[in-house]
Amino acid sequence: MTTKARVATGSRRPVTWQRLLLYVVLIAAAIFFLMPIYVLLVTGLKSFAEVSLNDMWNLPRGLHFDSFIKAWFGSQEEGFRGLNVNFLNSVYLTVPATLLSAMWGSINGYLLAKWKFKGSDILFPLLLFGMFIPYQSILIPLVQTLQKINFFGIKLYGSIFGLIVAHVVYGLPITTLIFRNYYANIPTELIEASRIDGANIFSIYRHILFPLSLPGFVVVMIWQFTSIWNDFLFAVTITSNPASQPITVGLNNLAGSYIVEWNVQMAGALIAALPTLLVYIFLGRFFMRGLLAGSLKG
Amino acid sequence: MRRRLNWERVASVVLLSPAVLATAVFVYGFIGWTAYASLSNWDRLLPDLSFVGLSNYEKLFANQRFQIDLRNTVVFTLVFLVACLVIGFVLALLLDQRVAGEGIFRSIYLFPMSISFIVTGVVWRWLLNPGSTELGSTGINSLFDMLGLGFLKSGWYTDPKIGIIAVAIAATWQMSGYTMAMYLAGLRAIPEELREAARVDGASEVQIVRHIILPLLQPITLSAVIVLGHISLKIYDLVVSMTGPGIGFATDVPAYYMWDTTFRGNHFARGAAIAIVLLVMVAVLIVPYLIRSTRTEAEL
Repeated sequence: MTTKARVATGSRRPVTWQRLLLYVVLIAAAIFFLMPIYVLLVTGLKSFAEVSLNDMWNLPRGLHFDSFIKAWFGSQEEGFRGLNVNFLNSVYLTVPATLLSAMWGSINGYLLAKWKFKGSDILFPLLLFGMFIPYQSILIPLVQTLQKINFFGIKLYGSIFGLIVAHVVYGLPITTLIFRNYYANIPTELIEASRIDGANIFSIYRHILFPLSLPGFVVVMIWQFTSIWNDFLFAVTITSNPASQPITVGLNNLAGSYIVEWNVQMAGALIAALPTLLVYIFLGRFFMRGLLAGSLKG
Repeated sequence: MRRRLNWERVASVVLLSPAVLATAVFVYGFIGWTAYASLSNWDRLLPDLSFVGLSNYEKLFANQRFQIDLRNTVVFTLVFLVACLVIGFVLALLLDQRVAGEGIFRSIYLFPMSISFIVTGVVWRWLLNPGSTELGSTGINSLFDMLGLGFLKSGWYTDPKIGIIAVAIAATWQMSGYTMAMYLAGLRAIPEELREAARVDGASEVQIVRHIILPLLQPITLSAVIVLGHISLKIYDLVVSMTGPGIGFATDVPAYYMWDTTFRGNHFARGAAIAIVLLVMVAVLIVPYLIRSTRTEAEL
């Protein structure tokens, strides 16, 4: 079908300048999208002597990692913190929160896809609404609630634990949605066959659906990893103590400080962006699927 | 058989109940709580939930900063939506022409989505830094100078008239790859025979786009408008890291005002009222879409 459609190769010659224009536009767009990364990289790699706002677009004369070192460790003389603590906080936050919300979403998705009950068609959109709300509308009660909860001596407000709770709870709609759509595509015959063999609600999940879930888990975990790593609103509201703030808050403080040179800010921005960028570069395919699922078209 | 089915029914409801409970409390309960706080007199750190009716909303809509915020939201949404839709559609259309290296182009257009609005804000603050008389031009402005496009130079976010548009440019950089991806997926789903038939009937490529492709992609445009629209109503992080509220609130938005007045100013009732206004705006956009898409899904 496609070969027939493009038999237009005979008329190839008159179109060449159009093809050329096509590539010019595509490349120009690519330059536009890459421009900020270019500035991040060249600025971060310049030596302190070389950095000047007027020469922003020039390539560095050599490779210098001073800006990255300063952004990572901070500077005691100049009196600002580095991002190393924040980076680790983000890891401690993102890994458990991603795992927990993926697990929970998988169970909910299974129940909503394969154990429909009266009212589950009403429950589902009510659940989904939670992923679109502006979180400002729950922020005040969330802070008050987290302040009151003291879990075996672990305070939720002001700590990574509180952030984990927030991300697991408010990640519930999207993780449930992706898993529900994923499990809905697994044929019901498979389940019915196992029921004849005496499988029940638990063993169906454990022996049939869960082993088939790997692609679903990859999509959900990439989605959750990216959104939790990149979150700022919950982080800045729940963790007011610099020692427990994640990377986005750390970077915002670094960049908002007048004593921090702008090349250090750029290096910090690159450090903050790196984990999700790497995930995107290596697992972009799955990132796309989460994206399309997020617009409800799973 | 029947009895076993029953205990499993009970088990399924029990297993689902933590999610139902969490949603009931953390989403609907908290929204109710916020709505109640917005009707109260709570204007300092310690809660004061004495009922004052709608007076917080009356004051809010009379408040000059909030009026500017609403205007900024409208301008931001329009610029951001139109730019994302046009750029996304054009790029998708071009990429659909059997382009060599399509995968690379696609990845480049889409990667900004994977990074945080805070990072975007930090970078674009420097890119759109207009410079000063002592420094000369900086960022994009100096690039314009180098390319002989000096007439395009602008004060960007420091210009009170167009400040919010500068923020919308950064947001467009981050999100237009998303519309590109959605449109490209849609274009790939249109059978080639349809275009071929139109060509046989003598339609030009422009006519094919206008009369065949665009109408068929309408559902995608609708969901893109809804997804991007709700993002632009909620925009907060980008404003924080890129500009702050700006001179004369040139780049202030309701979400920023809410956080500022609540957690810095301790005007909890006013903050709650802003939050509820935001929620209503998002709900007007989302709820019909949510009902429609879950209903069509159930029919399948």
